[in-house]
Amino acid sequence: METLKQIKKTMQESRSLYKEKDFINGAYIKNLKGRSMLSGFSPTTVERVIIQQLFNGLALGMAYSLIAVGYSMVFGILRLINFSHGAVYAFSAHMALFFIGMQFGIIPAIIISIIITGMLGIVIDKTALEPLRKKNSMPIASLITTIGMSNIIQNLLMIFFNTERKTFPAFFDFGMLNFGGVQINSTQIVMCVVSLALLIVLTLIINKTKLGLAMRATEQNSKAASLMGINVNFVISFTFFLGGASAAIAGALISGYYQIVYPGMGFMVGLKAFAAAVLGGIGVLYGSVVGGLVVGVSESFAATFLGSSYRDSVAFIILILVLIIRPTGLFGKKDIKKV
Amino acid sequence: MDKKMKKETSNNLILKFETFVDKYKLLLAAVCTVLLLVFPYMGVNQYILRIVIMIGIYSMLALGLNILTGYTGQVSLGHAGFYAVGAYTASLVALKLGANFFVATLAGAALSSLCGLLLGLPTLRLKGTYLSIVTLGFGEIVKMITMNWDKVTNGTLGLKNIPKPVIFGVKLTLSNNGLYYLMLVLVALTALICMLIIKSKIGRAFMSIKEDELAATMMGIKTTQYKILAFVISAFITGIAGAFYASMIGFIDPNSFTFDISTLIISIVIMGGMGTIRGMFLGSAILIVFPEVSRFMMDYRFVVYGIVLVLMMRFRPQGLLGWKSQLPYKFPKLARQELEKQDKSILNTL
Repeated sequence: METLKQIKKTMQESRSLYKEKDFINGAYIKNLKGRSMLSGFSPTTVERVIIQQLFNGLALGMAYSLIAVGYSMVFGILRLINFSHGAVYAFSAHMALFFIGMQFGIIPAIIISIIITGMLGIVIDKTALEPLRKKNSMPIASLITTIGMSNIIQNLLMIFFNTERKTFPAFFDFGMLNFGGVQINSTQIVMCVVSLALLIVLTLIINKTKLGLAMRATEQNSKAASLMGINVNFVISFTFFLGGASAAIAGALISGYYQIVYPGMGFMVGLKAFAAAVLGGIGVLYGSVVGGLVVGVSESFAATFLGSSYRDSVAFIILILVLIIRPTGLFGKKDIKKV
Repeated sequence: MDKKMKKETSNNLILKFETFVDKYKLLLAAVCTVLLLVFPYMGVNQYILRIVIMIGIYSMLALGLNILTGYTGQVSLGHAGFYAVGAYTASLVALKLGANFFVATLAGAALSSLCGLLLGLPTLRLKGTYLSIVTLGFGEIVKMITMNWDKVTNGTLGLKNIPKPVIFGVKLTLSNNGLYYLMLVLVALTALICMLIIKSKIGRAFMSIKEDELAATMMGIKTTQYKILAFVISAFITGIAGAFYASMIGFIDPNSFTFDISTLIISIVIMGGMGTIRGMFLGSAILIVFPEVSRFMMDYRFVVYGIVLVLMMRFRPQGLLGWKSQLPYKFPKLARQELEKQDKSILNTL
């Protein structure tokens, strides 16, 4: 109880530290005000909105693809939709907020949250999924288990951090940048760059290191991989760690962008990232980047041109169309079933 | 050795239970019927009656999903979508056209099964997890439509004053127990229809698709047609449940049909035991009553709910009542008569 009170106190302190900014659906009002016209290229209002929304979408899409990578890697190895991934993402944002509230400083707090969230991924795998693998149980059992896990994580977050929306510091806001009359928020650029760098690092890990080789081998045939001396369970746990860590980075980025954090935040973002992963071909890394960008851009365009209430459904409509036209996603490999 | 012994005794327990049930089948059925019929007069209040009706509704939902997931093996994560389509269509037909409850319910179920048909068509190309993803997307899209189509669905405010069912001029409500009996009739009909389907050629085709789709195709079963049929039947039953729910509560909004409802339905199916009909009733009873009983646990009850799901999957993934029948195989009546004609001694040996 004592610790609970302490947490609540620190939460309140952190809330009072950062003042709330006005935002409509996550986009700053600030964005729309105070443009300066330059000579030469002077875009019309519609063009400007389109370019701004494009950047908005790209930034969101990169963050989505960071989460999508987690879905994609786990699906590639286990053929399992990890429904707890959205909750893991929400958990990471809360951890970051908690450690920021403990006066750790922003960057160390985020690093701690990345490590802890990665650990959470391992814990989920070791406690819930590994026993099922050992028993060779049916795929739907693991699916329900991950739904149960997401239930547990999300409700524990609600108990310890309240259900209300908490403000998260905008730790990478360097003001507006002006490109020939188009104002672009520096947060969006930071998001793009950081996500891109991390995705490159992830690709390097998977394609160049020995562990990555083990991961790819397990993905192709886990039985054969274990016969070759690969510790399959370790590889799977490592995959969960990577997925959790990348979700934590996405969590810090998206929370810093929207500046709100609440326990239910993982649900919709999780589904969208999942849609992104499937769109690009689940199990393919660069596929989930493309998928994330498509989902992010289409979402921000739908929010401007169709109304903000449609922003969430666009991802699913695209997803269903792609699945019907090309069931394995844009870059997915076809499963060959041998009899 | 020890483990094996244990398994055998547990099998025997099931065998004993099954022979007991088989022996006193009629008596048990009569007792259950009487108990269910007099239940509202056993001094229960409206709160408990409402929960029991909810159990009935979720049994119907689970029976519907069970046709699709339990017997045909197609996992749907978007059944809340069908539920919403049934509920909204029936309430709109009742509110705007002033139709009778039964007409409205049929309309709801019909549109829901049409959605099932449309959603079933991608099964031509999709398998396993990908199919589940499409159903998930379907559930979300239905929710978005109900939220945004303000003119018809009244957006997030939802539909109010949905009329209660009326039979021969009598309005069925909670207080005159009419809704309870209507629920009983609907659940009994649904269960009967499910049983008949499962025992028919269609049911055997469904099960063969679940076991091995390729082998089923080789045996001349048109798997695509049967999968779409399973979707349609499942959506129809779910639509009826939705229409009844809307009429009972009298108010629906998009938040009544979230992804959580879909997971709740699939949890019921799995908890009770996929591919059984008895399991659906037990599963829904447990999962509906649990949040009500565990109110003393406050916020922790949904954590416990998650833990129960995880433990269940780990230690009894086939569900609580998901055992295979231990009784010796009985020939169907007609086959038995044929055999009797041919040779009576064969029957004795069997």
